[in-house]
Amino acid sequence: MTQHSSAKSEAFVPSGKIQFGVFFQGVNSGTIWKAAESGSQTDFESFRRIVQTAERGLFAAFFLGEGLRLREHLGRPHALDVVGRPDAQTMLAALASVTRNIGLVATQNTTYNDPADLAHRLASLDLISGGRAAWNIVTTDNAWTGANFRRGGYLDHADRYKHAEAFVQTAKRIWDSWETAEGPARRVRHEGQHYTVDVTPRLPRSAQYRPVLFQAGDSPEGRDFAARQADVIFSAHPKFEAAVEFRKDLVARSLAAGRGANAVQIMPASEFILAPTAEEAAAKKEWVRSLQIGPQQALAYLEQFWGLELSEYDPDGPLPEIDPVVEETSETRGSGFHGAKARQLADQWRAEAKDKGLSIRQFVTSKTARIDATFTGSYSAVADQLAEYARVGAVDGFNISPWLIPTGLDDIVNHLVPELQERGVYPTEYTGSTLRENLGLETPVRSAEAAEAVRAS
Amino acid sequence: MSTTEARATETGRAGFLAIELDGAGWNGGDFAGLAEAVLAAESAGFHAATFTDAPVPGRANALQRAAFAGPVTRSIALVPEVDTVYTEPFHVATQLASLDYVTTGRAGWIATATDSPEAAAAVGRSDVTGAALAQEAAASIEVSRRLWDSWEDDAVIRDVATGRYIDVDKLHYADFETPADFAGPGYSVKGPSIIPRPLQGQLPVLATASLLGEGQVSAEAVDAVLVSAPTTELLAAEIRDVRSRTGASVAVIAELDVVLHSRGQAAAERTAGSHSGRARYAGAAGGLTDLLESLLLEADGVRLHPASLALELDELSRLVLPELRRRGALRPPVQDGTFRDLLGLTRPVSRYSDSSAAVAAGN
Repeated sequence: MTQHSSAKSEAFVPSGKIQFGVFFQGVNSGTIWKAAESGSQTDFESFRRIVQTAERGLFAAFFLGEGLRLREHLGRPHALDVVGRPDAQTMLAALASVTRNIGLVATQNTTYNDPADLAHRLASLDLISGGRAAWNIVTTDNAWTGANFRRGGYLDHADRYKHAEAFVQTAKRIWDSWETAEGPARRVRHEGQHYTVDVTPRLPRSAQYRPVLFQAGDSPEGRDFAARQADVIFSAHPKFEAAVEFRKDLVARSLAAGRGANAVQIMPASEFILAPTAEEAAAKKEWVRSLQIGPQQALAYLEQFWGLELSEYDPDGPLPEIDPVVEETSETRGSGFHGAKARQLADQWRAEAKDKGLSIRQFVTSKTARIDATFTGSYSAVADQLAEYARVGAVDGFNISPWLIPTGLDDIVNHLVPELQERGVYPTEYTGSTLRENLGLETPVRSAEAAEAVRAS
Repeated sequence: MSTTEARATETGRAGFLAIELDGAGWNGGDFAGLAEAVLAAESAGFHAATFTDAPVPGRANALQRAAFAGPVTRSIALVPEVDTVYTEPFHVATQLASLDYVTTGRAGWIATATDSPEAAAAVGRSDVTGAALAQEAAASIEVSRRLWDSWEDDAVIRDVATGRYIDVDKLHYADFETPADFAGPGYSVKGPSIIPRPLQGQLPVLATASLLGEGQVSAEAVDAVLVSAPTTELLAAEIRDVRSRTGASVAVIAELDVVLHSRGQAAAERTAGSHSGRARYAGAAGGLTDLLESLLLEADGVRLHPASLALELDELSRLVLPELRRRGALRPPVQDGTFRDLLGLTRPVSRYSDSSAAVAAGN
């Protein structure tokens, strides 16, 4: 395993490189399902094809999201929604047998899992994959989601990070409980507000010691949480200036948390629309957008906020003049917009659309299509752009959501990666066999509590 | 699952063999051993491999081991144990449905009910004991079965003209509630599932005979029952007894520990100290072949628990399975078949498909 200096650097040092991850969304409108070349979003072969293409392109990681409850729209699952996804860890365990180097990242929430069970399953994935597992930590406090689980809804919004942090610390203690690769395991106990854990872990350390931790929160609490606990933050700031700002902010928070300036890596969510020339890329982008947000999806998007059927409105016309019926307290289930001040929002949007001369469809496209997260252009121009990110260390990599399954990475791997390699800003081989090595992360220090427990017994 | 009138006639008297892979794959952090073991079992002609989830140090999660084995195999059914007591039924249903996808329809589930204060303490729950264990199992199995049916087969329509990806009339709420006499803390599961219907429609569910009975797991809830007896002599009678209680719609799988003479070492020398409570055959390969042939006249299948996977698998594949095949006692493996095919089960229609209680109707 690569050993890094354990001295905590106060100054951020750019690595001069970027890496790629791929986020197989499988759901939501970002993935085009209407094209002739759109494949299944649930068949194993689609996952195999994407992960093996990513590995051919030396991607660091393959991400999967998590589903806890099907999104609902106006009180029922929605015909226009792209839904249906496998359990992340089950799929990743299968993909471990058809890959050798790529990291396997499971998004898992801390609210509807038990720490001992989740830590055991993640440790299993880590062992099965030879030290390539990671956990993308998410929280939810959504009681509506809780209707699928034994506990039901139980967590206050204000408590979610406190709960998540205790959960993550408990998981780390479980992973740290083995003195050596052979054992023996030490008992781990935790008494928290929401759960108690008393477990003697069954699994030893993996080749990368324990799973790598990703975290995606963007609020101040979320960033502090990442600065204290995570190895990589899956950020929402891919634009250059915003990325540089975010880096500064995260470095400050990492130092404040007593970690080094380089301790937490940054991989923003992104989308790439590439072609041999800028003109072809622009044309491709138009095609992609038209398939991502069709007329029905545009109206449905507004319906989430209006709380009304809007099917009589012309998607190529202006935003609806009628006011929303959604009250401040109601939720669009599973879409993360609960508590939106619907009327105020509608006024604001109508003004914005009028101001910019946008139709419903154009407006919704502008709101949903990850405008900020999209790199569009020729292979060489985008490679130049990314090389600048690498030079200043704006990010450590990009987590790419392909807009086509299963061929959506082909352009990137076949054309962008070689351009980046020529510029010396992208790996030319996997440097190690574990995800931690390939990301260049330090070997974790055993948590103080676990170390003490080991000494004491 | 009452689909098995066809089972008895179609499959005749030829049975199937399963093998417990136990802790295979744990050899210091390298899981190449797991792929090797399951491939060896498949090429030996075993019809199914099972993965125990008993809490043994060093043993990774059973369902993930089965998932790992999926893409490297072609015909063998992959059947993990998954606990029903200290797990989330919604997660269990989703994980098993996903296993069916990554094994292209070769997944099954040995539903277990963990009877262990340590398992309870690990997740901060009160210890579940006695009859309450089977209640938990029955509830969790019912949740999975409803969630697997909660997307009808043709729920994903991808209709470009209308922009509809799903037909919402073909998605259904599971609306599961634990029964009033549920011993532990009751719970409910809303649904629908977050993954479309498993490739097999319903994964075959297996359980030990001890979980079945009045007020426990009903025979209708399972597709196959695992039957144990203390000795090989008692096993045939026990199989007949269970068969008479569960009826023809449930496959019966006999449990057998196996220790063979291997590499110059007599079976008797290799049996010291081990005691599983299952019937055990210790001896030469020829005797095991005869025993299996007779057991397969009574049971639909036999699951072997080898004393040492590497040693027994070698003997089994060279001496026992070929002879059983020659005698016509073993079903030919179904290329690209599902686990349901192996058990002679047809693919069931979703329980909601004729229902008017579609989610979309808001009923």
